[in-house]
Amino acid sequence: MYQYDEIDQTMVEERVAQFRDQVARRLTGEISEDEFKPLRLQNGLYLQLHAYMLRIAIPYGTLSSRQLRGLAQIGCTYDRGWGHFTTRQNLQYNWIKLEDAPAALADLAKVQMHAIQTSGNCIRNTTTDQFAGAAHDEIEDPRVWCEIIRQWSTFHPEFSFLPRKFKIAVTGSPNDRAAVRVHDIGLRMHKNDAGEIGFEVIVGGGLGRTPFIGKTIRDFLPKQDLLSYLEAILRVYNQFGRRDNLFKARIKILVHEIGIETMREKVEAEFAASKHGALKLPQEAIDQIAVQFAPPAFETLSGISAEYANAFRTDFEFGLWARRNTFKHKQPGYSIVTISLKKEGAPPGDASAEQMNAVADIADRYSFGEIRVTHEQNLVLPHVKHSDLPAVFKALKAWDLATPNVGLASDIIACPGLDYCALANARSIPIAQQIALRFKNWERAHDIGELKIKISGCINACGHHHVGHIGILGVDKAGEEFYQITLGGSADDQAALGDLIGPSLNTHDAVDAIDTLVETYLRLRKSSDERFLDTYRRIGIAPFKEAVYVSA
Amino acid sequence: MSLLKHGRLVGEDAFQPVADDAALPASGAVLVTYARWQVEREQLTGRNAPLGILLPNNLDVLDFGAEAERFDLIVLQFPKFSDGRAYSQARLLRERFGYRGELRATGHVLQDQLWHMQRSGFDAFEIPRADAVEAFAKASRTFSHVYQPTGDGRVSVLKQRLAAHNNKNGRSQEAAE
Repeated sequence: MYQYDEIDQTMVEERVAQFRDQVARRLTGEISEDEFKPLRLQNGLYLQLHAYMLRIAIPYGTLSSRQLRGLAQIGCTYDRGWGHFTTRQNLQYNWIKLEDAPAALADLAKVQMHAIQTSGNCIRNTTTDQFAGAAHDEIEDPRVWCEIIRQWSTFHPEFSFLPRKFKIAVTGSPNDRAAVRVHDIGLRMHKNDAGEIGFEVIVGGGLGRTPFIGKTIRDFLPKQDLLSYLEAILRVYNQFGRRDNLFKARIKILVHEIGIETMREKVEAEFAASKHGALKLPQEAIDQIAVQFAPPAFETLSGISAEYANAFRTDFEFGLWARRNTFKHKQPGYSIVTISLKKEGAPPGDASAEQMNAVADIADRYSFGEIRVTHEQNLVLPHVKHSDLPAVFKALKAWDLATPNVGLASDIIACPGLDYCALANARSIPIAQQIALRFKNWERAHDIGELKIKISGCINACGHHHVGHIGILGVDKAGEEFYQITLGGSADDQAALGDLIGPSLNTHDAVDAIDTLVETYLRLRKSSDERFLDTYRRIGIAPFKEAVYVSA
Repeated sequence: MSLLKHGRLVGEDAFQPVADDAALPASGAVLVTYARWQVEREQLTGRNAPLGILLPNNLDVLDFGAEAERFDLIVLQFPKFSDGRAYSQARLLRERFGYRGELRATGHVLQDQLWHMQRSGFDAFEIPRADAVEAFAKASRTFSHVYQPTGDGRVSVLKQRLAAHNNKNGRSQEAAE
């Protein structure tokens, strides 16, 4: 894992000192709230419905056990003993006092973490595949590139006051688990015909009120040119992105309005002028970062672990969990474990300080002290030996962290919604809870199989509803919460935006409608191997629409 | 309003701003708009006095950069501190077009943006506060290191580490020999 050197440590500490001074100047009234707002936002501090929310950056979703314990401690000291893992692989505290924020950030710096650029119109925390460095299908560990991007983008003097926020995602695997086609910039690592590894660069994707699937601006970018190319894109966006209308200020609108060809011309011209400049990455510099992501000291294992095989045969619950919550590792004899933060009936992505400490302990014992955060709001133990899986299951279960529902109907993404957020039109968490309870029966849930339900409480789409197999969007209809349902969205390598099935429904009818949609799928699927999304793609919207609206 | 150049207070601005519809003074340094420059190029270059230009922040500086060296002062605008277009204009003028004259920030110029402006190539600032010198000095000290190279000549963290690494290797090689 990447460790801060003295320079990184100095930078986060100086940032804390800077923010402490800014808060002091705000509290004395030297600077206005209007002038203070972008400063606090670039330190992750948002004003919400009831209190300040502090958003912590978890760079590319990678945490050490020590860092996770640090997050638990901050949750206890400055919040109410909880943290909320988000769709951006970050962590949010929902009950922070302004005057405590500098102290919380100072505690964070002690475990080599920060809240820099987790909000505001700047380059945000870079996200990636939660299985990076562990997945069997990976071309290269994308975290090396995320860290290079993290450093380049931190306090970038030219790009701290962009037209709007800017999100970059990287995948090192052809099976995209980082949703790169719905980011401002998506980077997909692949091999060209000459066998060299580089990036496909995708630009202008995004969700929000005007969703777009990103367009390829360059098929193959050599690694050493990554930062020059990113700077070229950002420079074009900073100058020509719209600033007259907040809702049209994202790069996706610029790309849409001028067209990808014109965008490409501008970016390539800028790149041609700068590609041999100071941003060109020497191989030695790449290696210096890469060495910090070297794999842990795996054991050489072969054959099938007897403990694992035995538990799989004799412990039904374990078998269910192992089938759903583990993923194939690149190292023989190891698995990647996903820890579900979606126990039916609980708010998606929430973890108590006790649970965080427990996960840190389990990671130390069974996963080289490493933890990952997924954009689907779960946690991951990236390197668990097969023979340890039964013990890990038992340890997680003791903390209510072994719900065997990863990728199933109850593994729902939801934004904080009207329970916390000042922008929301409707609540997200209660409807997520109600839907999850409908799929609590494991037999039915496993029979339904992979089904991604995503819920947003307003059109800003923090819950990614556009790319849910079933997407749910909260709207306000004459003061009452209503929900629009979309079908067929997907954030993977075949990214697609969902189609609206019809008029919005009230909470009760919306929850019923999800049940109806699932029953319709079960009735019409070709076989149990055909996923909900595949059935939808094969038969289209009509049978689903009819089932929901005609029978109602 | 304080005018700062290289961190020091400038008592009086050498450049006299001239409105588009006002006559040019017979002598002395003037500051004109980009619009006026476009129609009065000859008169302005023929004056034989220092010339300054105020660029709109939506101007594509690629269309102007080749002419930059004719000026002794270029003023870039921040209509609101959150409008960051002039940072890109500044870097392009300095780093792409090699402009070496005074590059001045005007408008909503706040203490907390001075660090970004300096790094982008600005060397002069119109700051609407009395203690501008102190504010500037404080802002300049914000961070000991820089993560990215710009035209300000500071060595990025990446290059710093690389140099440290190579030095160490070089030294150990010498020791081995």
